[in-house]
Amino acid sequence: MRYENIILDEPGRKEFLLGNEAIVRGAIEAGVDFASTYPGTPSSEIGNVLFYVAKKAGMYFEFSTNEKVALEVSAAAAASGLRSMVFFKHVGLNVAADAFMSTAYVGTNGGMVIISADDPSMHSSQNEQDNRYYALISGMPMIEPSNAQEMKDFIKEAFEISERYKLPVLFRTTTRVNHVRGIVEYGEIKREKREGYFHKNPAKYVILPSAARRMHLELLEKLKRVEEETNTTWLNRIEGSGNEIGIITSGVAYNYVHDVVKELNLNAKILKLAFTHPFPRKLVKEFIGNVKKVIIVEELEPYLEKETRLVAQMNNMQVEIYGKLNGYFPRAYEYNPDVVKDALEKILGIKIERNSYNPTDISLPSRPPVLCPGCPHRATYYAAMMALKQLKIKDAIITTDIGCYTLGIQKPYEMADYLLCMGSSIGTAVGFSKSTKQKVIGFVGDSTFFHASIPGLIDAYHNKANLVYVILDNRTTAMTGHQPHPGLPMNGMGEPAPYVDIEKLVRGIGIDFVKTVDPYDVKETIRVFKEAIQHEGISVIISKRECALLWDARRRKQGEWWIYQINQDKCTQCGLCSDWLACAAIFKRKDEDGKVRIYINDALCDGCGVCATICPFDAIEKKVIK
Amino acid sequence: MKVGIVYAGVGGQGVLTASSIVGKAALLSGMNVVMSEVHGMAQRGGIVVTEMKIGEAKSPLVGNGEGDIIVGFEPVEAYRVLHKAHRGSYVIVNTEPIIPTTVSLEGENYPKVEELLKSMKELNVIAIPATELARKAGNAIATNIVMLGALSRVPVFPISKDKLVEAIKATINPRYHEMNLRAFELGYEAVNL
Repeated sequence: MRYENIILDEPGRKEFLLGNEAIVRGAIEAGVDFASTYPGTPSSEIGNVLFYVAKKAGMYFEFSTNEKVALEVSAAAAASGLRSMVFFKHVGLNVAADAFMSTAYVGTNGGMVIISADDPSMHSSQNEQDNRYYALISGMPMIEPSNAQEMKDFIKEAFEISERYKLPVLFRTTTRVNHVRGIVEYGEIKREKREGYFHKNPAKYVILPSAARRMHLELLEKLKRVEEETNTTWLNRIEGSGNEIGIITSGVAYNYVHDVVKELNLNAKILKLAFTHPFPRKLVKEFIGNVKKVIIVEELEPYLEKETRLVAQMNNMQVEIYGKLNGYFPRAYEYNPDVVKDALEKILGIKIERNSYNPTDISLPSRPPVLCPGCPHRATYYAAMMALKQLKIKDAIITTDIGCYTLGIQKPYEMADYLLCMGSSIGTAVGFSKSTKQKVIGFVGDSTFFHASIPGLIDAYHNKANLVYVILDNRTTAMTGHQPHPGLPMNGMGEPAPYVDIEKLVRGIGIDFVKTVDPYDVKETIRVFKEAIQHEGISVIISKRECALLWDARRRKQGEWWIYQINQDKCTQCGLCSDWLACAAIFKRKDEDGKVRIYINDALCDGCGVCATICPFDAIEKKVIK
Repeated sequence: MKVGIVYAGVGGQGVLTASSIVGKAALLSGMNVVMSEVHGMAQRGGIVVTEMKIGEAKSPLVGNGEGDIIVGFEPVEAYRVLHKAHRGSYVIVNTEPIIPTTVSLEGENYPKVEELLKSMKELNVIAIPATELARKAGNAIATNIVMLGALSRVPVFPISKDKLVEAIKATINPRYHEMNLRAFELGYEAVNL
């Protein structure tokens, strides 16, 4: 079994774990009973691991249709006395926000931990919102771990805190904690036999206005008690000594502070905060009262900084505070050791020796992320592009959505003109179809379709929009690492499950023009696109073909391996494959004889053969590798 | 002791797998290790960089000048991260380019590999035809393991060959062990220091 080491009951064992794997280990040590998610980078591997270990660990796990459903599912489990955990990426919390806000009022019975994985620098996100502010507007206790070991240790504590105050706890992580590997030492697994039972109590669990008014006061009362704990908890600690410089930090930024302070032999005290909401005002007051300069190092928003300034102001303290608000630290993008060094140079008036290599300036070609070789989306975009060309339509508006296929934005396809968020391709397509006379084509992935697109499609049908809606059904949630979704005959426990037939669902709404195509059949796909584009009203194309990476993995595991190569004797260098299909494995090279030729990279080619089917000269040939 | 290593290449070359193998080998050797990787969007064909520190460090990112070893799976990608190196850093470069689509689609220029290598002055450059060696071992896909073979020869690299091989075996599908171990040896032998 994959990930079997994560559930071994061997206290003291050490493993090289990804932060997200360490979270699962910690939750299992805490005896978690129940978990739910909608996958999103950088949180996804938590679900990937649970997919393999949940059954063995004796717990329930599901990939929910979207984050709101995931939160509701876990809230009910916690209300029934179970320990539950729900996790998603930062923008997933926007989707879940309605349910999220109410869970703070309603509270929990069993421990409930809500994990938000934020993405400073937007490695794979549409924004870099700082979800720590969600703790403030909801009134939820919040914990920010700094490394893989803390992911494991602190999540256990998060369950305890949740049960102590009967409040859900927001566990706020970031990319460089989720996606950092480190050595994690295991603790004991506490497996209590818990059976969920819901004790009815409408006054407690039904958030009617009359109850909500009381609940809000109760929440504020609870938060006062939690603040007493944040002032004394072991999760917040002071390192180092000195009465000149005090550094307050949390999350991944602590690591950079730690290493830089050590490297410079700086005489500084570090207040490493992890239990950051409610803000530990007493602890911070004492800390800043004993130093002359306070430096606050945190990624994104100045949360710790504003709270610290508030503490200083309310206590009439005259300490110097350096952070983002007076321009010493950046408010955008993730930090690194150099960001901390740059700030310390300014604040302390020192010069830090750096012996970074200074390479000769050579112009390097850019290498943006691209659709993988073999990706069925490439074949679909090629067909859509060719259909529009053949129909001489130049100004079609292409709304796109969140998934690998957003990369259709690139040349030569240029199949992306507007994108807001998960599921927005259909709602925005309706808007464009109502406000312009241009052709509108929306693209959405299968998982994103289930997630937040069905209400939009109902809106399109009911309001008689004129558009083409393309559902790119690659039989998985590909971008986040291949999780199942409701369209597949398997669930989060790895068990057979009933699945939703997309074509039937679309027809069930009342839409008549619904066609399913195999994008590798390029000719037929172009034909269907032309028909759909010329159709008045809504037309839906389901472009169905499994993600190439899944197909590759299955074949290669069985030792089946083949690629395609160009027969230079037949090739006329017409460029259809390199410039119009534009597969990432196909490239042009100037050979020693000065001629430019097209080749296929044998290490990247996945053997899909789409290039061979479109080649007008039959110059692309299959080659089996043993 | 603290050694910073930056692995840079193209999605599909096995950069993540290779760096995870080194991390596992560090654990097997009783050393502290912390490593940062980026997942998501476009698994093949885009830039992949992982950063690692072995020894006494908490920061998962290698600052500018903190990279003692650069493992470049592709010439341009090796060059792109050189600011992470310092004078005297070891730079292993696979000399076989992967030409990005921007060259044919946007008219961008891919520089000559010899020019890139010549410009890597004041660095200990180890240039090997890793992809070609992997083909010799049986499959171009084993390029990453060839690179590990070469990495194990770098003087400041703190992990033994045996531990690396042990970690490779623990990571790779047994069906492909023989081919990968051949690839490892070819990478190991390709380095003359």
